[in-house]
Amino acid sequence: MLAPVHDQRFGLGRTVRLAEPVPLASGQSLDGVAIAYETYGTLAADGSNAILICHALTGDQHVASPNPRTGKPGWWERLVGPGKPIDPAQHFIICSNVLGGCSGTTGPGSMDPTTGRTHAMRFPVITIADMVTVQARLLDHLGVEQLQAVVGGSMGGMQALSWAAQFPERVRAVVAIASAARHSAQNIAFHEVGRQAIMADPRWASGNYTSDDAPAAGLAVARMAAHITYLSEQGLTERFGRRLQNRAALGFGFDAEFQVESYLRHQGLTFTERFDANSYLYITRAMDYFDLAAPHDGLLTTAFAPAATAGTRFALISFTSDWLYPTAESKRIVRALHGAGASTSFCELESPHGHDAFLLDAPEMNRIVAGFLNGLAER
Amino acid sequence: MKSTLRPDLQAVADAVPAGARVLDIGCGDGALLAHLRATRQVSAHGIDVSAANVASAVARGLAVVQGDADTDLADWPDAAFDVAILSDTLQAMRAPESILGELLRVARQGIVSFPNFGHWRVRAALTLGGRMPVTRTLPVSWHQTPNIHLCTINDFKALANDCGLRIDHAAFLAGGDRRSGFAANLLADQAVFVLSKA
Repeated sequence: MLAPVHDQRFGLGRTVRLAEPVPLASGQSLDGVAIAYETYGTLAADGSNAILICHALTGDQHVASPNPRTGKPGWWERLVGPGKPIDPAQHFIICSNVLGGCSGTTGPGSMDPTTGRTHAMRFPVITIADMVTVQARLLDHLGVEQLQAVVGGSMGGMQALSWAAQFPERVRAVVAIASAARHSAQNIAFHEVGRQAIMADPRWASGNYTSDDAPAAGLAVARMAAHITYLSEQGLTERFGRRLQNRAALGFGFDAEFQVESYLRHQGLTFTERFDANSYLYITRAMDYFDLAAPHDGLLTTAFAPAATAGTRFALISFTSDWLYPTAESKRIVRALHGAGASTSFCELESPHGHDAFLLDAPEMNRIVAGFLNGLAER
Repeated sequence: MKSTLRPDLQAVADAVPAGARVLDIGCGDGALLAHLRATRQVSAHGIDVSAANVASAVARGLAVVQGDADTDLADWPDAAFDVAILSDTLQAMRAPESILGELLRVARQGIVSFPNFGHWRVRAALTLGGRMPVTRTLPVSWHQTPNIHLCTINDFKALANDCGLRIDHAAFLAGGDRRSGFAANLLADQAVFVLSKA
């Protein structure tokens, strides 16, 4: 028996370089954009089973396969994988590294083909919409005309919502978890702390650092500050309280005496081993610029109107202890979707884990996503 | 599909036109909406306050949002639905009068069902027993019940009239069986009203 010819476009660890330049929201355009992505499962003959997973700020394309750099399991294996709500046995699953990222897709750390140098801070400022534009190019490459669903948490949810606004005819359903339709003043404020930490590191050198002399200290502090926003006060208290790290009494010094300090330092340090400081600047900027209603005279309902007309269905999930993208933001989206007449489901789930809840074990979230996706067959 | 609905839900379902755009307020786990979708091909939408209920309803493929009917109906624009259903829920609302107004703002027609506090068993429990009634349609004792605004059929008719609503149709039940409107305020333990703006 002849083995079927393997389509080189599909599988793990793939990269495609776009032949056409990508126009950006800023008015600039990017030539020779590379997209690093993975696919799982088989695209149905009628193309009806494609699901795009969008990753969050520091995520990557390795949604359900081990990350080759860290050796850690895929970042959303609780939701995506065999026997999970998004299942390669049933769905054709696509996940790509976002534009501006540092996991293989073109970003500030990539070579600028026009100059032969690293882009660094000469990389154009990008937006969530630009990330989505690039994902749409990837679908063109894969031969996927329409998505059964686009699914994302946090910044991934922003991309999922943008998909509905930018390509309403190409997406039948949107799942946005622990997300928002705009960045609040508080969201921007925390990001600015992170960016300033990076820029204050002398090794940042206006972005012109080399990989073996990167601004790791600044990036670590940025991650530490951000990490706090992913947790809840209750979660931190339960996990660490005021417990001391490897000592019986206060040391009257500035070592990481408290467990929570030690934990944060560890989070900061390990992050610098897998993430690029300039990418962090550019992606946080993209998130801060995000306001889905802005191009529609500030009316979120208008942004969703074409998707509602196209029959796109929406499911939103928030978590009680998420103060980064709180339930009120999800409800604001729900209100706009109702206004647009879109079929909408929404649930606020109980969790003590803060924003990070969407990445952790959440059986109710899985139940909702599975039911929502299965229900797409119903009217 | 064979009907396995509670009799009062069946009475509500019978009042829903085929193919309608329906909002079920306090939809629970979506049993009524799923039935309506299967039997009457409605476009099914719901709202419920409980996360577990919403998860179950969404898991059935229904478009259901978590929210408080007392405040969150304001999220829908005018005339978003053909029919809005308030099934066995009115008596648990903080502001029944404004809910009725919202019902007929978001939908052209409203269907309201509720337990009749004028039923003779209720009257007997109070008059003869001197205790708050615990009956088939009011199964929970006074201190545990979510029902804070119980009314009789005649009370409801008066409220509908005060709100400028027209009663298009009414159905009455006793012991789970349909019955006529004769002396319904005394003999029916549940009532279903179809309302529109007068």
